[in-house]
Amino acid sequence: MEVKIKVNHKNITDNIPADLLLIDFLRKHGFYSVKRGCDTANCGLCTVLIADEPVLSCAVLTARANGSHITTLEGMQKEAEVFGSFMADEGAEQCGFCSPGFIMSVLAMEKEFEKKGITNPSEDQINKYLSGNLCRCTGYMSHTRAIMKYLKRAGGLK
Amino acid sequence: MKIVNTSINKMDSKSLVTGKPVYTDDIAPTNALIVKLLRSPHAHALIKSINKTNAMKVPGIECILTWEDLEQNRFTTAGQSFPEPSPQDRQILDRRLRCVGDPVAIVAGSDEKSVLRAISLIKVEYDVLEPILDFRKAKDNEILIHPEENWEALCQVGADNKKNLCAHEVFEYGDIEGELKACEIVIDEIYHTKANSQTMMEPFCTYTHLDTYGRLSIVSSTQVPFHVRRIAAKALGLPKSQIRVVKPRIGGGFGAKQSVVSELFPAAVTMATGKPAKMIFTRKESFTNGSPRHEMEIHVKLGANMEGDIKAIYMYTLSNAGAYGDHGPTTVGLVGHKSMAIYNHANAYKFDYDVVYTNNPWGGAYRGYGATQGFFALESAINELAVKLNMDPIELRRKNLVQVGEKMTAYYGETLESCALTECIEKAKEMTDWDHKYPCRDMGNDKIRAIGMAVAMQGSGISNLDIASAELKLNDEGFYTLMLGSADMGTGCDTILAQMAAECLECQVDKIIVHGVDTDISPYDTGSYASSTTYITGNAVIKTCETFIEKMIQESAKILHCDNDDLEFDGTRIYQRNGEKQITIKELGNASYLGGHNCISASESFYSPVSPPPFMAGIVEIELDKTTGQVDIIDFAAVVDCGTPINPNLARIQTEGGIAQGIGMALFEDVLYDKEGRMMTDSFMQYKIPSRLDVGKIRVEFESSYEPTGPFGAKSIGEIVINTPAPALASAIYNASKVKLTELPMTSEKILLGMLENEKQDKHDFTGGW
Repeated sequence: MEVKIKVNHKNITDNIPADLLLIDFLRKHGFYSVKRGCDTANCGLCTVLIADEPVLSCAVLTARANGSHITTLEGMQKEAEVFGSFMADEGAEQCGFCSPGFIMSVLAMEKEFEKKGITNPSEDQINKYLSGNLCRCTGYMSHTRAIMKYLKRAGGLK
Repeated sequence: MKIVNTSINKMDSKSLVTGKPVYTDDIAPTNALIVKLLRSPHAHALIKSINKTNAMKVPGIECILTWEDLEQNRFTTAGQSFPEPSPQDRQILDRRLRCVGDPVAIVAGSDEKSVLRAISLIKVEYDVLEPILDFRKAKDNEILIHPEENWEALCQVGADNKKNLCAHEVFEYGDIEGELKACEIVIDEIYHTKANSQTMMEPFCTYTHLDTYGRLSIVSSTQVPFHVRRIAAKALGLPKSQIRVVKPRIGGGFGAKQSVVSELFPAAVTMATGKPAKMIFTRKESFTNGSPRHEMEIHVKLGANMEGDIKAIYMYTLSNAGAYGDHGPTTVGLVGHKSMAIYNHANAYKFDYDVVYTNNPWGGAYRGYGATQGFFALESAINELAVKLNMDPIELRRKNLVQVGEKMTAYYGETLESCALTECIEKAKEMTDWDHKYPCRDMGNDKIRAIGMAVAMQGSGISNLDIASAELKLNDEGFYTLMLGSADMGTGCDTILAQMAAECLECQVDKIIVHGVDTDISPYDTGSYASSTTYITGNAVIKTCETFIEKMIQESAKILHCDNDDLEFDGTRIYQRNGEKQITIKELGNASYLGGHNCISASESFYSPVSPPPFMAGIVEIELDKTTGQVDIIDFAAVVDCGTPINPNLARIQTEGGIAQGIGMALFEDVLYDKEGRMMTDSFMQYKIPSRLDVGKIRVEFESSYEPTGPFGAKSIGEIVINTPAPALASAIYNASKVKLTELPMTSEKILLGMLENEKQDKHDFTGGW
């Protein structure tokens, strides 16, 4: 079937098998930041945005994304660099394989907090929001340190 | 020290946080054949026949390989220095299948769907055999897991395939029986630790192709590129010179990638077809056939007097190798030799073990490598001894800990040159307000807060065996290239080794280019395992820098027409100590690229006769719900002595990560099989690893010592950090509930059942518990 999907502001038209998962569609089109860590929608590594909402691309059929706008980390390079520098300052990226999905979720969280007027989120609120993003290297503490510093940066949550 | 002992960012951080395509599957050629396996549904079976006719008709299928098509050489997939202590007990494809998931056929085609379709059309007739699924019944069982004639053990490890034995050894010092008899108190317990899956986030993956010269190129997510080259050569029947192994960025390893797991299947396809091929394990395959931590049963007898002086330690370990002996003979050694050595003042030690074959999936290397299992057992016994003596467990340890300058009887007779363990314990005690919290506090509302502790040590590399080398080159404009053979798996070793080089060369790290491993061009290194990289490869870097600086001085002396001895190097130039002549590194670099001068490079290698242990104290505070047995971690305080931390940030993350893994192992990570030997916990749905909601607060401090044999005083950090959570949590759970758990994981179910059992006992027995 034919789908028209906008990825990172670029239109892609493709003829796809009906059962193609979004993660496979995106990787096929060269968006390699989208990682496969499990096949059960448990690890969060394949997180992308559909219309600004974070979703697990391994749990979405490409057909269902027809006509929508998808953002991967390739489309958020500047934001990724800013938050990523806070991660790097903590040494929190480690193997880096979970970083793209994690960063997508953090950036989505920031927006959602802003929308809801949460200006000073607690560690607990952050951990709950991100609990679907697994990491086996870091033990998560460095993530929290990086996020806290990032949200408090100049121009951070208002 | 200017660069060493500072927390600079990882050199690859920008690529990683912006999601650049740097991992194996990202850089695999898009025309690579997709390789998948038909895997055995039986735990033990012989293949009677395989019919692939229908499967070959599926459009897009390129080749289907079965045992008849491949070399029959036996080898081990354990990535260890040759001759490997692990038995040579496998083939790429074998007629005998020894566990569920063992490969039956390799199928390659243009796309995943065709390959899966072809797999479903292969007809196999199996002769299903009775399996051994209980490792306690394996030794001397009449069912043999490896009856084959060409099974071979290259090292004397006590292996005997006719007894299902992968290894056996007895170590004894002093009169253990006599000492135990004379002890006023003896703790006698059996502990059981189960298999654990490493679950690095990137599953096993490899792609292969033939290069311009017709050589086999293997690009793989591996910790041991040079071992992969050697093992692949034997397995495929190729000369080593015909194989090149390249390691891109790795998405974590934790020991899982110290074995050859995904490499040989696409390699066999590329050799058969001449075409590029790739194999990406599914998460399920990574669980079921990805070499988890060895399941072990450890019998501890710990003898002491009433003052708490430990007099005798006995440990017997039964280790479950599973279907193949990868790392079986070596992991088990750390169970006793690492754990007992920390209590160095006993009069007698005995440590013996059997490592047995079963029809479970094979075990492999996992962070901690046996020491983790050993410390769970011995530290739990030490905590039990403290309870029986009515003594603070910290006080009990203080009396018995190994001290600097002592010869460690149970640790191969090595002398301890650096140790800040006592300081580690003191700091952890202070951090957690131990004196006010030990053993527990009733919070009301059915919640109890309790505290527990454990200590641990590990090694730094494998003494007298493993080797590392480094190579430095001076480039024009005066920047350097540092070539390394150690595999950065995300921990940041490329960065810390560059930090060491920058310290020696008195420059900023960005003057140094580091190159990932390519066996065609990188200097030899046994690989990143056994907590070796900082210590072994680090020392190789320092040696290389020393030689390199000498060579720069020699070349400068020729250019400046003066004696070597008159010249000194200050990081930016080489100058005459008592004169005016000088040449900058930039000028020297440029000059060295012109005829009449020499290109400057140096390479040195290093091995160590000792393996200095890092130390750690871990104290955990938990809150236990009396009505459900649920354990929440409130606080985990860890204090580590890794000598000099080369990069404190990266050392801290290692510690936090290792503790989180240890928490998972202690509380909920549980590999379960059904009665046919099929793994039931083969996804993140069933095998739960800690999320950020499960680890509580982990706090890390360092109490640095200075290891005289280490690079800038450093020891290792990678593995030790996983060893304290399980015993510390067992102790905290006991302190909260009086439930003594000797089997991992310590689930809330086990705790609750234990509490109910205690209640029942209390009703009948007024003498109280143990």
